Amino acid sequence: MTSLPTHTEKSLGLVIDLDTCVGCHACVTACKGWNTENYGAPLADKDAYGAEPVGSFLNRIHSYEVQPETGPAQLFHFPKSCLHCADAPCVTVCPTGASYKRQEDGIVLVNETDCIGCGLCAWACPYGAREMDPVEKVMKKCTLCVDRIYNENLPEEDRQPACVRTCPAGARHFGDLADPDSDVSKLVAERSGIELMPEQGTAPVNRYLPPRPKDQPPEFDVLAPYLEPVAEEPKGFLGWLDRTLERIG
Amino acid sequence: MHPAPSIILFTTLSGLGFGMLFFLGLDIASPRGWVAFVFYLIAFALAVGGLVSSTFHLGHPERALKAFTQWRSSWLSREAVAAVIALGFMGLYALGAVFFDAAWRPLGVVGGVMALVTVFATSMIYMQMRTVPRWNHWSPPVLFLGYALAGGALLTGKITVAMIFLALAAIVQVVAWIDQDRREAASDTTLATATGLGHIGSVRAFEPPHTGGNYLTKEMVFRVGRKHAVKLRIISLALMAALPLLLLLVPFSHIFAALAVLSHIAGVLVQRWLFFAEARHVVGLYYGR
Repeated sequence: MTSLPTHTEKSLGLVIDLDTCVGCHACVTACKGWNTENYGAPLADKDAYGAEPVGSFLNRIHSYEVQPETGPAQLFHFPKSCLHCADAPCVTVCPTGASYKRQEDGIVLVNETDCIGCGLCAWACPYGAREMDPVEKVMKKCTLCVDRIYNENLPEEDRQPACVRTCPAGARHFGDLADPDSDVSKLVAERSGIELMPEQGTAPVNRYLPPRPKDQPPEFDVLAPYLEPVAEEPKGFLGWLDRTLERIG
Repeated sequence: MHPAPSIILFTTLSGLGFGMLFFLGLDIASPRGWVAFVFYLIAFALAVGGLVSSTFHLGHPERALKAFTQWRSSWLSREAVAAVIALGFMGLYALGAVFFDAAWRPLGVVGGVMALVTVFATSMIYMQMRTVPRWNHWSPPVLFLGYALAGGALLTGKITVAMIFLALAAIVQVVAWIDQDRREAASDTTLATATGLGHIGSVRAFEPPHTGGNYLTKEMVFRVGRKHAVKLRIISLALMAALPLLLLLVPFSHIFAALAVLSHIAGVLVQRWLFFAEARHVVGLYYGR
């Protein structure tokens, strides 16, 4: 059934720190690796070594340059994957019931054996979180590593999404955003985490932590007072040379 | 949006076919016998042909029957269900008209109304997309229904009705284009809201995630059509409405009528191509487009 649940017991999701992400793409590789070898159809690549390689990914890293009114431009790396929206438009458009949002934890999943590959859910998603697999021809999306987070065969520290587990910078956090006492909820409160495209009315679960204000570079060097001031007017031989060259020029 | 030929053909042909079925089902003086046979053959060929061509863009057409299950929530599913009801009722009605010289009126009324409901459901698939400001607008239902009625009247030989609907469709289309342009320009989704970085300064896409394209850029970040949009709009109006109206105003001949139909179909195809090619999906913002 592709109607959305009226409420979910948990709202599992990611919190991504734009101040900390270094843009290394390790999460992309970890995601592609785990989700190719485990739950669901593998994430295919086509023409991988050719002129026009394409492939399906559940997580992609963009980079944006922001030019403040004053001061130098700033560069941010921007990981983007499914935001597991509370009001997910991708779910309600699905004609077959393949797309669904789980009541127990709020994860949005695709039942691949029911997917007819019409692509309508990818149109409905404003974030570009869904991609059709070029080989299997079914819709792929982030599962929040549903086959890791509850997997008792894995050591406890591995029971989190592959992207979060692998992030070397600690820029990705996983938890229940419906629980105000969870670490992720506290982080969002402390750093004023935001939703992407709130005007689209999707009520995303994932949050992004905006970059902290940059330090302003000091107007002068702190050591400057201890240095001899540079002579404004050259004297002696250099002074004569300067005056002579001025006259010739 | 990528203008997939299968979808353009589907919306054009099935719109015409269901428009024809509407007039065949509700007309008191609907044709009988072999004349009826030819009309129903054309209507069913267009409607069913359109539906079949729409399955060509599916990744797994063998599972298409599953698309009938979610009519409570999905417009695509509602479209499929309405189409089957319309075709079923009109099939029985056609049987009576062709072989028994009978007009089983209730079947025709239900079938004809459901034919228009099918076209409405198709248009709602587009209208519901908040992600595409140009579609998330009053115009898709009005235009899809208007085109279906104009084409349906034209193909069932109702000259006066056809002329009225052709003129109306052209006028509404011009208003819709102007208002859609305004709607798209006024979209409140920007790269600033997409990244949440707007409070720092002006945001520019610096580097895409991969050097190559992907499913999203191919499917939703299509940019070719916009360059010649104005010329194509004029061509589409001329072929869809102006030329058929001229051909219908001169004394009736079957050759002119056939030319009017062909011109109308060509005009609708151009209009549908623009409908997709001009539409911008907000995901393009993430890619700096």
